[in-house]
Amino acid sequence: MIQLLVFLPLLCSAIAGLGNRVIGNTVAKTVTTAGLFVSCAIAWSIFVPFLTGASHAYVADVFTFIHSGDLKVDWALRVDSLTAVMLVVITSVSALVHLYSWGYMAEDPDQPRFFSYLSLFTFMMLMLVTANTLVQMFFGWEGVGLASYLLIGFWYYKPSAGAAAIKAFVVNRVGDFGFSLGIFGTFLVFGTTQIPDILAAAPHMMGSTIGFLGYRVDTMTLLCLLLFVGAMGKSAQLGLHTWLPDAMEGPTPVSALIHAATMVTAGVFMVCRLSPMFETSHVAMTVVTVIGACTCFFAATIGTTQTDIKRVIAYSTCSQLGYMFFAAGVGAFGAAMFHLFTHAFFKALLFLSAGSVIHAMHHEQDMRFYGDLRKHIKLTFWIMVIGTLAITGVGVESFFGLPGFGFAGFYSKDAIIGSALASGTQVGGFAWFMGVFVAFLTSFYSWRLIFLTFFGTPRWAASEHIQHAAHEHHDHGHDAHAHDAHADHAHADHAHAHAAHADHGHDAHHSEPAGEDAGHEPKPDMRGFTEVEHGTLDYHPHESPWTMTVPLVLLAVGAVFAGWAFAPTFLTGEFWQGSIAYNEHLHEATEHLGAWAYAPSVAMLLGLAIAWLAYIKDTSIPGRFAATFRGLYVFLLRKWYFDELYDLIFVRPAFAIGRFFWKKGDEGTIDRFGPDGIAKLAVVGNRITARVQSGYVYTYALVMLLGLAGVATWAMTR
Amino acid sequence: MIGLSHYLAVSAILFVMGVLGIFINRKNVIIILMAIELILLSVNINLVAFSAFLHDLVGQVFAMFVLTVAAGEAAIGLAILVIYFRGRGTIAVDDINRMKG
Repeated sequence: MIQLLVFLPLLCSAIAGLGNRVIGNTVAKTVTTAGLFVSCAIAWSIFVPFLTGASHAYVADVFTFIHSGDLKVDWALRVDSLTAVMLVVITSVSALVHLYSWGYMAEDPDQPRFFSYLSLFTFMMLMLVTANTLVQMFFGWEGVGLASYLLIGFWYYKPSAGAAAIKAFVVNRVGDFGFSLGIFGTFLVFGTTQIPDILAAAPHMMGSTIGFLGYRVDTMTLLCLLLFVGAMGKSAQLGLHTWLPDAMEGPTPVSALIHAATMVTAGVFMVCRLSPMFETSHVAMTVVTVIGACTCFFAATIGTTQTDIKRVIAYSTCSQLGYMFFAAGVGAFGAAMFHLFTHAFFKALLFLSAGSVIHAMHHEQDMRFYGDLRKHIKLTFWIMVIGTLAITGVGVESFFGLPGFGFAGFYSKDAIIGSALASGTQVGGFAWFMGVFVAFLTSFYSWRLIFLTFFGTPRWAASEHIQHAAHEHHDHGHDAHAHDAHADHAHADHAHAHAAHADHGHDAHHSEPAGEDAGHEPKPDMRGFTEVEHGTLDYHPHESPWTMTVPLVLLAVGAVFAGWAFAPTFLTGEFWQGSIAYNEHLHEATEHLGAWAYAPSVAMLLGLAIAWLAYIKDTSIPGRFAATFRGLYVFLLRKWYFDELYDLIFVRPAFAIGRFFWKKGDEGTIDRFGPDGIAKLAVVGNRITARVQSGYVYTYALVMLLGLAGVATWAMTR
Repeated sequence: MIGLSHYLAVSAILFVMGVLGIFINRKNVIIILMAIELILLSVNINLVAFSAFLHDLVGQVFAMFVLTVAAGEAAIGLAILVIYFRGRGTIAVDDINRMKG
C-alpha cells in the first residue's frame, strides 16, 4: 500500500513527462490527477487507523541504497503517526492542486510538463516524509528543491521567473550545506544514519563535546544547529527567507502546493521528526524559538505593506512557519505539527482563491488595481473569507456548557501561542509576545487583503492587464453583458484571444528588462491604492471553471473543520505514539493559562478593527500613515532591505570574484598560456618557416648547398 | 711546373663562380643554366686532373659522362625556359616564385 502511494506519483510523472506532446494534454492531466487521487485515498486509509489508535508504526523496506564500510543506507518507507499526517497533507493538497490546475493552466501550451513536475514534486515530498534514514530524507529534500526550481522557472521565457528559480535554488544550497554537514556529523557521532537509532542514542550523547573549526563545542548543540540551518533554508526562516517571495513568479497552483502547504513545511517536519534529538540541546531549542519568533514578526510586518496579492500570502506563509518553529522550539511539537496540518489547508485555500482572483482579473496581481470584486466572483469571495477566518484564528471557546467552535487556525495558533507562554522560559515569553503581536498583524494584513480585493470601488482602470483585456474585448465586438450571461462561452473566446498573444504567455504581461540580477527589482510603484485611477473599463470578471472551484470548496471544508475535528487528537500524546517528543507538563500548563489565553483573540479582533477602519471606513488613513512614518513605511515596503543587503555583501562580491576569475584567471592566465598560447605559437612559427620557403630557385639551391656542405662536413669529421 | 694543386685551384675558382652565379644572379634564368654548366665543368677539371695524377682512366670516363649529362640537362633546361616564357611572358629570376609556400 505505502509503496503504491509513494511510487504512483513517480510513475505518473514519468508517463506525463516522457510522453509529453505525444500523449497530449488530456491524457497527461488525467493520468497524473487520477494517480494523485488514488494516492490520496490510500493516504487517508493509512491515516484513519492511526487516528483511532488501531495502527502502529512500521517500516516497509524497498531495496538497498548504499552499503559501504560502516555506512548502511536502505531505501525504506517509514510509516508512523507523524508520517501519516504528512502523507494526508501532501497527497490531499497535491491532488486538489492537480485538479485546480486543469482550469488554471488551461491556456498553457506546456501542460504535460507542468503536471509531470507537479507529480514529481509530490513523489519527492513523499520520499522525504517517509524517510527512515537521514540520507533518504536528504534525497527527498534535494528532490523537492529540484522540483521547486523547475516549477518556479516553469515560464522560463520570463527573465524574472528564471532569476527567481535560480535564487530559490542558490539560497537553498546554503541551507542544504548546513543540513549535509549535520548528516555527516551525525554519522560521525552515532555511526549510523538510521533515524530511530539516532534518536535512541541521542540522550546518551548529552554533555559530550566535539571539535569543530578548532573549538570544543557541545555535540548535540552543534548537530542540531547544523540540521536546523537546513530547515531554515527550506522553510524560509529569517536570513534564508529571501527566495520565498520571489518564488511567487511560478504559477499560482505551484505556490499553493510547494510554497505554502508542503515543501516549505519540510523544515518543521524535520525538526519534529528529530524532536528527541533537539530536546537534548537547550541551546538549539532556544535558537529555534528565537529564529521562529523573529521570522514570524518580521514576515508579518512586511506583509502589511506589500501590494502584490501573492506576495502578501507568501509573507504570511513565512510568518506562519515562524509560528511552527517557535512552537517546536518551546517543546510543543504536537502544536507545531497541528499548525502545519491546518495551515496546509487554509494557506493552500488562500493561494488557490488568490489564483482564482488573478484568473478573474486577467492576471493582474496588484491589489491596488482590484476593488469591489465581491459582486462579481461571489464564490471566490466567500471561500477567501473562510480562508481568512481560518488564518486569523476566529473562534469561541466553549462556555456555559455551549460547545465552542472555531476555524482551523483558531485551535492550532492558540495552542502554539499558549505553549510559548506555558513553557515559562524567557525566550518562551518573548515568543509569546511576538506571537500575540503577530496575531494582530496577521489579522490586519489578511483583512486588508480582503478589503482591498473585494470591497471599495473598482480600481481596475489603472491595470495594464485589464486595459489589455478590455481592449481585446472591444476588438472582438463582444457585448459586455453577453460576457456575464454566457460566462463559460465568453471565457472560451477569451482564451482564444489570449492564445493569439501566445508569445507572451500566461502571467507574462510584465516583460521586465532582461539581464536583471537576482535581488534587483524594478523600482516599486509607490502609489497608494487610493491614488490609482478608478473605473472598470467595462471589464467583467468571471468566476472560475468548476475544476478550480471544486478544490476551493473542498479545501474550504478543511479550513473550517480541520481544527475543530483534529484538535483533541493532535494536541495529546497518545496519537503520536512517540514519533515526536511529547511534553505532558507543557500540555497541562497550556490548558491552565487563565485570561492570557484570550490575548490572541483580542489581538485578532483589534487587527480586524484597524483594517476595517483603514480600508473601508476612511481610506485616507493608509496614505496619511505612510506619509507620516515615511521611513518605516519604505523600510517595510522594501522588505527590511534584505535583498539589498544580500546583494551588497554576497551577490556583488560573488559577481566580482567570478569576473576576476573569468577575466584574469581563465582568460588572462589559462587561455593565454594554454590553448590560445599554443595556437599562437603555431601561427607565429609557421609564419617564420614560411618565409624560408620563398619560391625562388636560388634560395632552394642555397639551402641545398648548405645542406650538402653540412652533410659532407659531418661525414668527413666523423 | 704546373702541378695538381693548380688544377684544383682553377677548378675551385670555377666552382665558386658557378655557385655565386646561381645565388647573386637575379636577372636571367639562362645565366643560372650557364652557372650550372660552370659547376659541372669545374667538377670535370677535378676528375680529369686526378685521373692524370693517379694514372687511372676511370676519371676521364666519368668526365665524358658528365659532359653528356650536362648537354642533356642544358637542352631540357632551355626547353623548359621556352615553354615557361610562352606561358608567363618572362624569364626574370625574381618573377619566378610560384613554388612559394
